[in-house]
Amino acid sequence: MRQNITVTPQVAQDHGLTPDEYQRILTTLGRTPTFEELGVFSVMWSEHCSYKSSRRFLRNLPTTGPEILQGPGENAGIVDVGDGLAVVFKIESHNHPSFIEPYHGAATGVGGIIRDVFTMGARPIASLNSLRFGALTHPRTPYLVKGVVSGIGGYGNCVGVPTVGGEVYFDEGYNGNILVNAFTLGTVRTDRIFRARAAGVGNPVIYVGSRTGRDGIHGASLLASREFDAKSEELRPAVQVGDPFTEKLLIEACLELMQRDLIVAIQDMGAAGLTSSSVEMAGRGGTGFALNLKAIPTREANISPYELLLSESQERMLIVAKAGCEEDVRAIFSRWDLEAEVVGTVTDDGQFRASWDGEEVVRIPVAALTDDAPVYERPTAEPVDLAERQSLDLATIPLPTDYGQVLLQLLTSPNLASKEWVYHQYDSFVCGNTVVQPGSDAAIIRLKGTTKGIGLSVDCNSRYCLLDPYRGGQIAVVEGARNLAVSGVRPVALSDCLNFGSPEKPEVMWQFQQAIAGMRDACLALGLAVVSGNVSFYNETEGRAIPPTPTIATVGILADLTNHVTQWFKNAGDVIVMLGETKEELGASEYLASIHGRTAGAPPTLDLAYEKRLQDVCLTAAQERLLSSAHDLAEGGFAVALAEACITRPEQPLGATVAVSGKIRPDALLFGESQSRVLASLPRTALPRLQAIAGAANITLTELGVVGGADLNIVDYFSMPVSILRQEWRTALAQKLTNRPQ
Amino acid sequence: MKWGVITFPGSLDDRDALHCLEVVLEQHVVPLWHKDPDLHGVDAIILPGGFSYGDYLRCGAIARFSPVMQSVVAFANAGGPVMGMCNGFQILCESGLLPGALIRNQSLSYVCEWTRVRVETTRTAFTTACRAGEILRIPIKHGEGCYVADDTVLQQLEDNGQVVFRYVNDVGEVTAQANPNGALRNIAGVTNARGNVVGLMPHPEHAVETLLGSEDGRKLFLSALR
Repeated sequence: MRQNITVTPQVAQDHGLTPDEYQRILTTLGRTPTFEELGVFSVMWSEHCSYKSSRRFLRNLPTTGPEILQGPGENAGIVDVGDGLAVVFKIESHNHPSFIEPYHGAATGVGGIIRDVFTMGARPIASLNSLRFGALTHPRTPYLVKGVVSGIGGYGNCVGVPTVGGEVYFDEGYNGNILVNAFTLGTVRTDRIFRARAAGVGNPVIYVGSRTGRDGIHGASLLASREFDAKSEELRPAVQVGDPFTEKLLIEACLELMQRDLIVAIQDMGAAGLTSSSVEMAGRGGTGFALNLKAIPTREANISPYELLLSESQERMLIVAKAGCEEDVRAIFSRWDLEAEVVGTVTDDGQFRASWDGEEVVRIPVAALTDDAPVYERPTAEPVDLAERQSLDLATIPLPTDYGQVLLQLLTSPNLASKEWVYHQYDSFVCGNTVVQPGSDAAIIRLKGTTKGIGLSVDCNSRYCLLDPYRGGQIAVVEGARNLAVSGVRPVALSDCLNFGSPEKPEVMWQFQQAIAGMRDACLALGLAVVSGNVSFYNETEGRAIPPTPTIATVGILADLTNHVTQWFKNAGDVIVMLGETKEELGASEYLASIHGRTAGAPPTLDLAYEKRLQDVCLTAAQERLLSSAHDLAEGGFAVALAEACITRPEQPLGATVAVSGKIRPDALLFGESQSRVLASLPRTALPRLQAIAGAANITLTELGVVGGADLNIVDYFSMPVSILRQEWRTALAQKLTNRPQ
Repeated sequence: MKWGVITFPGSLDDRDALHCLEVVLEQHVVPLWHKDPDLHGVDAIILPGGFSYGDYLRCGAIARFSPVMQSVVAFANAGGPVMGMCNGFQILCESGLLPGALIRNQSLSYVCEWTRVRVETTRTAFTTACRAGEILRIPIKHGEGCYVADDTVLQQLEDNGQVVFRYVNDVGEVTAQANPNGALRNIAGVTNARGNVVGLMPHPEHAVETLLGSEDGRKLFLSALR
């Protein structure tokens, strides 16, 4: 049944459109829109779909490079890895749905990103996720953690894409607005890449996959493009429900379809469903679409044309087939017990049209919904209290009396404790490519049929971003790349998920602008391209924005898999060295936050040229097989990195004895987070060569001690049995989440 | 020898089993399709892991009615070697080819990790290449892998040597700590009375390459070649 609702300025406002935007619709159409058209405008012009506040900043990011086959603007980015193969990847947010309904919110986030990848012809072979929750002591946090983790597992495990890594982070800044960012990577032959560009007037538009229901209506506009308040739970019906089994069938059927010469374009129906997939395919192809809404397979009777256009029911794809190939397409889907229905045709009039019972209910110029959608130059302003927050008088921070106890406290703090409780709930084996499982700096998967591997990392320190978004943006990029470089993987490209508060606030837009500027400078210095991603604004509740969180997923290439390096010590007797320099930097550190309860000070300084040289040293050392282990120094600084090298070993832990010195505060020496530092171990015979490489690159190399024994001994500070450190570190998170000893 | 790997809708590790047999072990292997009762003359059958039919009903309960399963049952009853891993094990139990059932893990959570299993008998089609008491490092990944059967059946299994694998610790001891899912008597895999049908929750096809962590799973496949 068609809803008989007359559009008024009030109805437009209820759709999240501003009076100016409504006026713009009236001007574009030269008439009052139909109810269906209003729905289409509201989703396509939503922040989530239109990037209307972020577009002018995103243009500043480098997006090209010799190995980049596809940058932003398609369903996912593509990097050429040689041997006729490419990797396709993207990260995307599913924050608000996951806060309202953690299981299905997170599950459908995984499903959506997997579709973005296989829609380009790639077989999905690895997923990552970045999860940010409120303080572990917040009453809602354990419920959200359990729901999100089981949702990611419930979908990812059942759809057959391994979850090979990720990060889990707790901060009270996310108490009212968690972040669930999901990443998937797939592989495709370079001559088999599919793009979502509708072409060929008269070609049939085919709908495949699940039937359309009433779920997820206005997910993109009302859920993703608005901030939260106390009533947000009422939006639960706007959260979609996932069906990983159908998605698995869709993957296989679509990949089978793409092996044959039957289709022109394909796109998943994600945010804003049928409407956005139609409009975007027509927009990219410079064509038009005419849909017959009556032909859409539905889950229930009496779904209105408005609902059909806006439903975000999951596991659906839209295909532009070659005319005459309809039956072949149908046969492939039927083999997998999936429906395929012709629901429209490609036209040459540049219009998005939809009819219902022979009556045209939508007729909008495609360009008005894509290129000509509103773009805002929102005001930016530095937060007034920034200077105050950045100031930190170290004299007010007392030195610890027991450094061993501080290390133990850090290792058992929610952010540094082992995430085993989380990742043991994810299948990391399926697809049979996982060379380095979760638990090292980077995940490494092999590319079957080659000697190559792909390294993956996802990272962001949002405390740095809160205290200095420019520096935080820089560090998010270099840390992701460093995670790969220490693993022997050459970083190539990244996908970004930019999670911020309301763009209508000048302080938030300033954070956004600064973070992008920092990311840009870091990308240029390291030679990285941003090939895909998404922007998630309106991450705030009751007027309080989350810490700015530009999550960076970095992808790199390892030419010879056997050269990969992991972070844990391997052999007693190996020499332990540090590359890089420790400065007296405690601002924005995990140590300050966890031990002293302070989120203050400026994040550590960063010299991009030094960082680039450091990463090159790591890559050369890995290529020459000099290293037994290499580990990035990050949250918790030197002492935590050293402890991790001892205890993250899959087998029994290995101890170490080291001596550190420096003319700085001992707590900064042990727990400060100076950038561009790497902890490595290697046979003594390899040391001269590493010294030569580091020396030539003008990177400081300091010999610290040796691997071995049952204790972690930092001379003059403490000595603790590694078995105890490991036991405490492994079980802390589960204990805190489940309130029971493990 | 010609192997067959069945694909049910929702099978996930079917491609990995095919890769294991074809590329790693250089075997002749053909994919078998759930709708096709023709076994294409294979000499051994693999039921792979995954979530057949989404496992929205009891795991394996729908797959057992697939057309291909009628042929698998006949093949097994005639003595043909059949191995089911994870979801494949669940399907074999649902089909009545193996005793017992697999229920939700005691932790109520899905669990994915490396485990060690001890080979309890070499008198099955898939363990002749092992030594009795040998410890194999093979991963598990499942939400419903807790093996259960009534006391009479359990006793029969023990008496007849039908318990094939048990979860053990590093030194081969059966302990509660080493049991990842609450399986009765730490049972990780069982066989039928004849020894030609084996089901196990661990994934030997994910333990056939050193690069990926272990080669111990090879022995199960190589046993069938003897």
